[in-house]
Amino acid sequence: MQDVVEVRREPRSVEEIRGDFPILSRQVHGKPLVYLDSAASSQKPLAVIEAMNAYYRSSHANVHRGVYEISEEATEALERARTKVARFINARQSKQVIFTRNTTESINLVAYSWGWANVKAGDLIVLTTMEHHSNLVPWQLLAQRSGARLEFVPLTPEGLLQLDVYARLLEQGPKLVAFTQMSNVLGTINPVKEMIAQAHAAGAVALVDAAQSAPHLPLDVQELDADFVCFSGHKMLGPTGIGVLYGKRELLEAMPPFLGGGDMIRSVSLCSSTWNDLPWKFEAGTPAIAEAVGLGAAVDYLSTLGMDWVRQHERSITAYALERLQSVPQLQIYGPLTDELRGGVVSFSLADIHPHDLASILDQEFGVAIRAGHHCAQPLMEQLGLVATARASFYVYTLPEEIDVLVQGLRRALEIFQV
Amino acid sequence: MSMDYREYILDHYRDPRNYGRLENPTVHVEDSNPLCGDQVSMDLLVEGDHVTAVRFQGRGCAISQAATSMLTEMVQGKSVQEVVRLGKDDILEALGIPISPARMKCAFLGLRVLHKSLVLAGLERPEHADEHDDGL
Ligand SMILES: Cc1ncc(COP(=O)(O)O)c(C=O)c1O
Repeated sequence: MQDVVEVRREPRSVEEIRGDFPILSRQVHGKPLVYLDSAASSQKPLAVIEAMNAYYRSSHANVHRGVYEISEEATEALERARTKVARFINARQSKQVIFTRNTTESINLVAYSWGWANVKAGDLIVLTTMEHHSNLVPWQLLAQRSGARLEFVPLTPEGLLQLDVYARLLEQGPKLVAFTQMSNVLGTINPVKEMIAQAHAAGAVALVDAAQSAPHLPLDVQELDADFVCFSGHKMLGPTGIGVLYGKRELLEAMPPFLGGGDMIRSVSLCSSTWNDLPWKFEAGTPAIAEAVGLGAAVDYLSTLGMDWVRQHERSITAYALERLQSVPQLQIYGPLTDELRGGVVSFSLADIHPHDLASILDQEFGVAIRAGHHCAQPLMEQLGLVATARASFYVYTLPEEIDVLVQGLRRALEIFQV
Repeated sequence: MSMDYREYILDHYRDPRNYGRLENPTVHVEDSNPLCGDQVSMDLLVEGDHVTAVRFQGRGCAISQAATSMLTEMVQGKSVQEVVRLGKDDILEALGIPISPARMKCAFLGLRVLHKSLVLAGLERPEHADEHDDGL
């Protein structure tokens, strides 16, 4: 006998979710597409595609300028998307959500605007050796221009941050610490909440690269107490061309603008201008309106699934993948071997087969799309003593059967290469 | 379109021909593929109007390394005139399998290094060598 004590929304089956993604029913090389490259960019549900379509069909005009009906609709659509994103990450106010093109632009915005105003010669910036190039190169540029120093938190052999080294670096009083919440190569989930608290105790500002975490983990910027958080729409079911910079209001308000132009000004005379309020101060020029609408639809979609469910689903797929991959002879997995410390990303190498050859065989014989290369993390590759790895990554639509096809393809590659 | 890894490709990959360095090469050039990190370096010894010896070293996928190994067999002992004319078609013919667009840059890495070497040795005009560069 069953007592119904509360009405719970039944999670939809993954098969049902897959039905929302038109691309997942296509074939490649005559085989069903097995898409295992969501860490690079996710696929898009119909809800996102149709929201953008509907916007262009019925409401497009430029924003913040027209006094006529459809311009007001477009402005409203843009600002509604901002509110949705703000809720999704639990920002206190929508104006703390600045639309950019992607994570890379968000980080660059902070490096130029905040960095230029606050970082001086001899100042210290602390990063980690697992950063994506987009959370590394902007700080190198800032260091070159300002004369600041960069220091790096190294990794343990399992691919976790050496937090004792982090604590020691904090004793030197850095101006800024910037780290990823989840490695796009090792899958490592970093203890960012604790790291941010430590950074604040040392007087540093903390930036979180959430490119891999915002799509896959429940993200609460207030709970993390992060100063800046950066992520991309295209990795979280949204379109390309839209990204987010979240910032604490006091910091954003004190920062000089990044790009100058229309929309970001309050008044302009020939030789000087005054700046618009947040968030528009940082959104010069006509924004990516349809893309913002698409991102709004994407976070709605994710919220309906529930980010706890997303994490749970990916944990179980990752646990399954770790187990199945370890059954393949001569396969080496990089990063932590437990699903608890790892997001849905698994990098590996197989015997002496180059990752590009693996990716070609998987693509052409099995319809499996994986990533092969340095994953924009060359310093990390160097630490691993590698030039490249193969990487499979998962999302809300990944099925255990797809992991089976991957494993079958890897066994076939061993046969082809006669190892 | 299927790209299959024929036995002779794997053979060149596992057991590359003309692998190593020359003692006194006329020219030495290294290059890598910025997107995937594949590397090839090549030594050429030019005596009179012939390439009398060639060696290469490299690291990367089977396609890039096998194609370079095959290329060195085409170069060894040939006249400079013949070597300058070696192009993409010769590589594709030697590989003998369809190469997907994404892998073309792997297939032509060795060729690019060869033509860079010829330019550096003053045996080929840079404009001519550019024709063998896939722009990556
Ligand atoms: C950890 C991490 N940071 C930053 C980025 C850069 O994202 P985008 O190319 O969308 O700017 C990526 C994407 O690959 C990433 O995985």
